[in-house]
Amino acid sequence: MTVLNILVLVCLLYVVLLFGVAFGADRAARQGRVRWLRSPVVYTLSLSIYCTAWTFYGAVGFAARSGLEFVTIYLGPTLVMIGWWWTVRRLVRVGRSQRITSIADLISSRYGKSNLLAVLVTVLAVVGTTPYIALQLQSVTLSFAAFAAFAEPGVPTAPLSDMQSTALWVAAGLAVFTILFGTRNLDANERHHGVVMAIAMEAVVKLCALLAVGVFVVWGLAGGVGATLDRIETSEIARFDVSAGRWVGLTMLSAMAFLCLPRMFQVMVVENEDEDHLRTAAWAFPGYLMLMSLFVLPIAAVGLDVMPAGTNPDLFVLTLPLMDGRDGLAILSFLGGFSSATSMVIVAAIALSTMVSNHVVMPIWLHYSGGAAMVSGDVRNVALTARRISIVGVLFLGYVYFRISGGGTALAAMGLIAFVGVAQFLPALMGGLFWRGATRTGALAGLCTGAAVWLYCLFLPSFGPAVFMSETLHEAGPWGIGWLRPYALFGAEGMDPVLHALMWSLLLNVGSFLLGSLLSFPQPLERLQGAQFVNVFDHSDTPGGWSGGMAQSEDLLIMAQRIMGAREAQALFSAAAGRQGVAGYLPEPSPDFLQELERALAGSVGAATAHAMIAQIVGGAAVSVRDLMAVADETAQIMEYSSQLEAKSQELARTARQLRQANEKLTQISVQKDGFLSQISHELRTPMTSIRAFSEILRDTDDLSAEDKHKYAAIIHDETVRLTRLLDDLLDLSVLENGQVDLNVQSGTLEALIDRAVRAAGGETEHFIIHRDREAERVDLSTDLDRLAQVFINLVSNARKYCDADPAVLSIRTAVAEDQLVVDFVDNGGGIPTEMQAMIFEKFSRIGETKAGGAGLGLAICREIMARLGGYVSYLPGQTGPAFRVSLPLSGRMAAQ
Amino acid sequence: MGKTVLLIEDEPNIIEAVSFILSRDGWDVKTHANGHDAMDAVRRRVPDLIILDVMLPGKSGYDILGEIRADADFATVPVLMLTARGQTRDREMAERAGASRYMTKPFSNADVLDAVRALAGT
Amino acid sequence: MSPERVSVFLARRSYRRRRLADAARLLPLAGGVLFCVPLLWQGAGGGARTVAAMIYVFVLWAVLVVVSGLVSRHLRGGEDEAGGADGGGAKGDGGGME
Repeated sequence: MTVLNILVLVCLLYVVLLFGVAFGADRAARQGRVRWLRSPVVYTLSLSIYCTAWTFYGAVGFAARSGLEFVTIYLGPTLVMIGWWWTVRRLVRVGRSQRITSIADLISSRYGKSNLLAVLVTVLAVVGTTPYIALQLQSVTLSFAAFAAFAEPGVPTAPLSDMQSTALWVAAGLAVFTILFGTRNLDANERHHGVVMAIAMEAVVKLCALLAVGVFVVWGLAGGVGATLDRIETSEIARFDVSAGRWVGLTMLSAMAFLCLPRMFQVMVVENEDEDHLRTAAWAFPGYLMLMSLFVLPIAAVGLDVMPAGTNPDLFVLTLPLMDGRDGLAILSFLGGFSSATSMVIVAAIALSTMVSNHVVMPIWLHYSGGAAMVSGDVRNVALTARRISIVGVLFLGYVYFRISGGGTALAAMGLIAFVGVAQFLPALMGGLFWRGATRTGALAGLCTGAAVWLYCLFLPSFGPAVFMSETLHEAGPWGIGWLRPYALFGAEGMDPVLHALMWSLLLNVGSFLLGSLLSFPQPLERLQGAQFVNVFDHSDTPGGWSGGMAQSEDLLIMAQRIMGAREAQALFSAAAGRQGVAGYLPEPSPDFLQELERALAGSVGAATAHAMIAQIVGGAAVSVRDLMAVADETAQIMEYSSQLEAKSQELARTARQLRQANEKLTQISVQKDGFLSQISHELRTPMTSIRAFSEILRDTDDLSAEDKHKYAAIIHDETVRLTRLLDDLLDLSVLENGQVDLNVQSGTLEALIDRAVRAAGGETEHFIIHRDREAERVDLSTDLDRLAQVFINLVSNARKYCDADPAVLSIRTAVAEDQLVVDFVDNGGGIPTEMQAMIFEKFSRIGETKAGGAGLGLAICREIMARLGGYVSYLPGQTGPAFRVSLPLSGRMAAQ
Repeated sequence: MGKTVLLIEDEPNIIEAVSFILSRDGWDVKTHANGHDAMDAVRRRVPDLIILDVMLPGKSGYDILGEIRADADFATVPVLMLTARGQTRDREMAERAGASRYMTKPFSNADVLDAVRALAGT
Repeated sequence: MSPERVSVFLARRSYRRRRLADAARLLPLAGGVLFCVPLLWQGAGGGARTVAAMIYVFVLWAVLVVVSGLVSRHLRGGEDEAGGADGGGAKGDGGGME
């Protein structure tokens, strides 16, 4: 009893450790300490979810029944990884460049973002994976039961209900773990660091456990390497009588499954952090598989020899140490099996839930909520909830399957059957990656045919006769048609059922795929995607997709915020706007930007859904003429070459344009400088003329009356004041324009500031009335109040000087909108003609013929001041009279210059 | 009674100063303060001499000079141009437009008198 | 060093690199064929032993792991199949990551 208690305790501790590791890794990732999380070793270890409990326990059982044949299950993936340069590299590159979230997403994305395909793949994946999850649950319960049986030899094996409750608890725990660490963020392209780290740890545990048992068996039980080989030699599996068909067939099958299993796709492609990690995984993962397989045959042989007849060979890994009384080793071995089962279930649940939510739940939800909800509703939450519910659903399905099948031997065969099921993805997948002629119709035909044959020949019969198929159907075929018998299709009698199903399903699958592709004509989008997938190494970022003339950036931003979260979406949009040279958050909906946005969204909700969402806003126009032309040219090289030429000539044109602009600007600056000097000369010489003339008159004229003398002296005085003011203004402007001004930030209220400005500008009189909204003016400011006052004084005195109404009425209106303070100065005079509105902020521009003082620098100075303060002053057209708007950010952000 | 001089200038203080100097020298000084209808003023006043500022509101002094020279009645009337922009380019433009004499602000009163007398004497 | 020599040297490097990529492509095919060799023993004598096959398979497996490691170490995953005629080869040889 105590051993069992210790086992439970160790298990619980292990689970706590698992949560801790995942939590720690997630936290480290959030704090940016991801260097070690992103190591190629972690990537390689995460691939080890290929080795499930089926491997951990089942490999020994497999070896005990069929000898060395078990090794084919690991040779396939070994060859795939060694041949990473062929396929895996391409898969990872495509996955990263298209922001693929799952294998369903990849296939749908390749074939014109077809959701029908995605749904088909998803359904097939769920059907194929559910029994596999059930198998893992079964292995945990079986191993627990075996432990219990050994720990309490007197008590019979725990009743079935106990086993089921164990399975239920395991399933529930896994659901909690997966939801906690698997749905933390929506973007499937953001790595699940916690999950990956936990899986990497479990990979180490299961390898160590199996190696430990192996070492114990070889050196502890058998007595050394030689003795072990002798044991094998004398065992019932001594003869190497593997059928060539099964040897080659199973190797190929495992290779195909390795590429197509949703969970493998998840860790290999989606969670891939860096393409370069493949270089390590290319040898390290085959090495891992080799170590995992190394002791399988010895354990099987010794087990067969030592254990009483009739013992389940699937549990030799556990029962051998138990029988020898090595409880510690047995517990380690149990943990190894437990790790294998849990890591597979976690990743499979994440992969399947992503597929289900992206390709089934979200499209349905979008369909029923329509375009409106996409902009106003909270898509992000819906997607996350959908994913969580999908996780629970997938695990529950696995549990239900386990309950219904009763944990019988039918499950043990499930591994290979599931492999054949997912292998049906391969023709569409590889065809899509390597053949531009592959079409959606072909992929659909191939998948449907393959899936149907698999269901008919392998999956449904695997439940045994009389469950889904009657005995007579097995024996004589449907309606007595012999050549349609599930295990002997087209008269292929006497074949191994797995091989039989594999052969026919793939043959028919590939046949339909090729035929469908050859006979159908792809849609433009398919051809475009096809070119991008097949030529992924030539141009990973081919332009194309949207022509977004009608798109509304704002709607897109709102939608993107709902899905990606406000900060990420805004960052994406403002970065795109920056690249386009547009200020603010709303870039032009150019095809490039729309494509970038679509990929970003695809990372969260899948390619098909993202495409549909953008289509709803942009309005259908998915492929431009330019894209069509690009696709029309099947010769990738010519296209590449011409696109390079085009890019070069575009670049040249751009450079020429930039040079021309620079030249124009220089000319303009030179003209402006001339004009400016000339203006200054004029403004200085005019008062000087008066001063010189009158001072000469005063000097040379003797008979001036006292009154005239006084008058002329007053003129001289006024003109010197005018000159001084002009020089002050010029200096002020020069300092402001050169950005040498130091801002003296103070705090105060707007009300006090306007009071001060009105006072300085001469205050209210009966001819000059000011309307204010003091309530609205109670705004706290933190800026250079003196400078801001200068602007207000200028605007108030302009109204006072130039307003031609009597009485002149100036309205000062204040509003605060989105962190922006807006103060409008509107008077009732005659407005400023439209053609002059652009000019008034220029230096020395004056309206009309009045000579009422100023040199025409006031508004130019105002403009510079507001720019320094981070706001702006502008002419506000469409008011009753001349109107100026002063806008200032309230958060005290200053212009960075 | 002396000869009539028409002063087309927009700066009131300069008008006052020039008027003062010339009146004391015996001229009958008429003034006009903008560019739009300067030509009308010329026709109305029929001056013996015109003093013309270059920068006028409404119309440039060069344009007005062009109109004066285009009118047969005034093609030979001496015109003294005043400008606040002292660049050589401005002087060339004035001469090309047909100015009899060109002065840069600020000027000394004596220079103005000399120039006016010299122009009137021819 | 004359400039010519340098360019020959670079071309040689990129040539090596491409052959290395060929090796990476060939490796799985060679592995697949070699793993099938034990099937022939069976056909010949009719009495192939599991132990012999096991030793053969695992030794071959280990050799493949080592060769794959060597090949992959000198191949940069990020480079294009056709690309890197000049600078890429030099960088790739350093084995360092960018």
